Amino acid sequence: MNVLVFLIPISLLLGGIGLAAFFWSIKSRQFDDPQGDAERILTTDYDDHPRED
Amino acid sequence: MSDVQMSACPACLAAPAAKDAAQARDVHKASIVLSLPAIHCAACISGVERALLRQPGVRAARVNLTLKRAQVEAGVDINAQDLADALTQIGYEAYELDAGALAATQTDRAGRAILTRIAVSGFAMMNVMLLSVAVWSGATDATRDMFHWISAAIAVPAIAYAAQPFFISAWTALRNRRLNMDVPISLAIILAAGMSIYETSWSGSHVYFDAALSLTFFLLAGRYLDYRTRSIARSAAEELAALEVPRATLADGTILPIGELTTDHIVRVVPGARVPVDGIVTEGASELDRALLTGETLPVEAAIGTLVSAGEVNLTGPLLVQVTAAGEDSSLHLLADLVAMAETSRNRYTSLADRAARIYAPLVHLLALFAFTGWVIATGDVRHALNVAVAVLIITCPCALGLAVPAVTTAASGRLFRAGMLIKSSTALERLAEVDTVVFDKTGTLTEGRPQPSNWDDITPEVRAIVMAMAAGSAHPLSASLYGAAQKSNCVPADISEVVEVPGQGIEAQWNGQRLRLGRAAWLGADSLAQTATYLQIGTAPVIAFTFVDHLRDGAEQAVKALVAQGKDVVLLSGDAPAAVADIAARVGIDAWEAECLPMGKAQRVKDLSRSGHKVLMVGDGLNDTAALAAAHVSISPASALEATRVVSDIVLLGNSLAPIGVSTKVAVSATRRIKENFAIAAGYNMIAIPIALAGFATPLAAALAMSASSITVSLNALRLRGSK
Repeated sequence: MNVLVFLIPISLLLGGIGLAAFFWSIKSRQFDDPQGDAERILTTDYDDHPRED
Repeated sequence: MSDVQMSACPACLAAPAAKDAAQARDVHKASIVLSLPAIHCAACISGVERALLRQPGVRAARVNLTLKRAQVEAGVDINAQDLADALTQIGYEAYELDAGALAATQTDRAGRAILTRIAVSGFAMMNVMLLSVAVWSGATDATRDMFHWISAAIAVPAIAYAAQPFFISAWTALRNRRLNMDVPISLAIILAAGMSIYETSWSGSHVYFDAALSLTFFLLAGRYLDYRTRSIARSAAEELAALEVPRATLADGTILPIGELTTDHIVRVVPGARVPVDGIVTEGASELDRALLTGETLPVEAAIGTLVSAGEVNLTGPLLVQVTAAGEDSSLHLLADLVAMAETSRNRYTSLADRAARIYAPLVHLLALFAFTGWVIATGDVRHALNVAVAVLIITCPCALGLAVPAVTTAASGRLFRAGMLIKSSTALERLAEVDTVVFDKTGTLTEGRPQPSNWDDITPEVRAIVMAMAAGSAHPLSASLYGAAQKSNCVPADISEVVEVPGQGIEAQWNGQRLRLGRAAWLGADSLAQTATYLQIGTAPVIAFTFVDHLRDGAEQAVKALVAQGKDVVLLSGDAPAAVADIAARVGIDAWEAECLPMGKAQRVKDLSRSGHKVLMVGDGLNDTAALAAAHVSISPASALEATRVVSDIVLLGNSLAPIGVSTKVAVSATRRIKENFAIAAGYNMIAIPIALAGFATPLAAALAMSASSITVSLNALRLRGSK
């Protein structure tokens, strides 16, 4: 059972990373325009040179 | 949908390859918002963005396809109307939106806050559930205690953060000495967490951290559905409001927002425009269409000294209007008190969920108390008794009830939204389901307020040709309608000369040495008929009258027929003259009608109907309907209605057709039935689970199973509404 000492923190850490990633995605407005983002991936506008921000 | 995209969007096909892709950056501070109702594909997005960036002065542009809007960052001297025109020209229909009216939706904080809470409770629920599985499958002694402590360390902060909306709402309700659904929810969550901590510290075997967390998670999911439905409705309603950018042109040509007008200003109203303020005509002569305010279809003459009110449409000549009242003080806002009074009666409506909570909440608490005292008396073991009481609270917790209503309303409003109806009020569907009487307004609701010649067939070809030539140059709705009818019957305009439009009177011209006059009866010295008509005199020959009837709105007959088939009484109340009302009533198939109703009279009729036990659905668009709309049990208005009217109504028709009304009552009835079914399902689960919990046999595993199973059944039952015909 000693393995739990590693396993439980690891599982919590991995879950925590997922949670943090979700927070980041909410914060960076990735849920503001779900339909638009689904369509934008199909455009070829920035295929040759990336968009300069 | 994808298979029609190609043909539905010609501009996308024509859009050139992205060779000239402008260097765009993200929009930081949008100064202009455009509505793009027709965009739907990837090519539309880049087409619109590229076109906007090509416009001088535009620094950044981003299209939001979900909202069908474009946000533009541009210099102060850039005119939003020019951008909209530029887009419309290349094939993307665009309208300017009032950015100020939309400000609230831009940062969707509330929605993001709920999502974050769902994420936190979901994360915590999954981890605690994993630890619980170990306990359920037989972990004992020190291992179990350790798992319980880890669960507590995850659950307590997660609950403290994620369940806040329930605690706040329950606290507000308790402070006002009311009970709502959130009171038993909060009590169950707090008691379950508290009891579990206590049990953990005493090495107990039953802890309910997973139940408390999954309760929070499922209920938050219900909240989010509810919130999404409302925010879609709100943003669409805001967009309708934002389409009317409130501006007025002053006599010297400067354009001012209506809010900045004072009584010193003189406003210019061009033909075809809506009068923006209340005032007195100081210069010019014209005719005014007062249909939105009074329901009359017959235009009224306006000359110097005529009092005009905001909302009237100027028809023939330019007018200068001295402002007497603008914005909040104008007659558009005059009915506000009346509406506010009527609204209070509607606020007394208690939603099904609240009614259920009112019976349910005390019952649950009494049951838990009963379980506690029963076990204390029977065994004298307070700790075990408290354990049983908590199990009862968790198992009876209205998890399914919290999902039952939002899941159904989300599915139903989604369906109606696709049919072209916008549900603005959260209880509108339930109220719509109870309706047994439908009251229609005439002008602008059953009809489009667009006149059609009714005696065109009796007119000789020669006269037709003359009328066509005379009507060709005029913007007056009657002229436009005559010209349209002539075009349809393949007329060739007669050769006339010296055409002069006499503002407020009519059109004068010369033909074969004879004087032609088309216009008001009084101007020609003839007697006017009782219905909408215009008159033509050739030389000194007898006057020829062209009579008009209103064009029926699309789907009006269908809607009335559907409502009658559903066994509802249909009534027509109009402010117009009896002859016109009787004609329309006969055409759509309504037996009960009343003409020349004053605004107060309409509201009174609706109130009388309500008092005699009827549940009234009012469908209207004009300012004269506003009081009646507010007084009715539930109300619908078309998108073409004035903003004041749309604000009052519960449901707005987005398209031009009335046909969805017939569908909506059916959907409302089946939605309400679904809600009741869901309550029954939840009650059924409780009926089985409560005896088990009372007897002290409920384990955390049973609680978790019962909760998930009832939540999922309820959601599935609600989803049936999406597909059903």
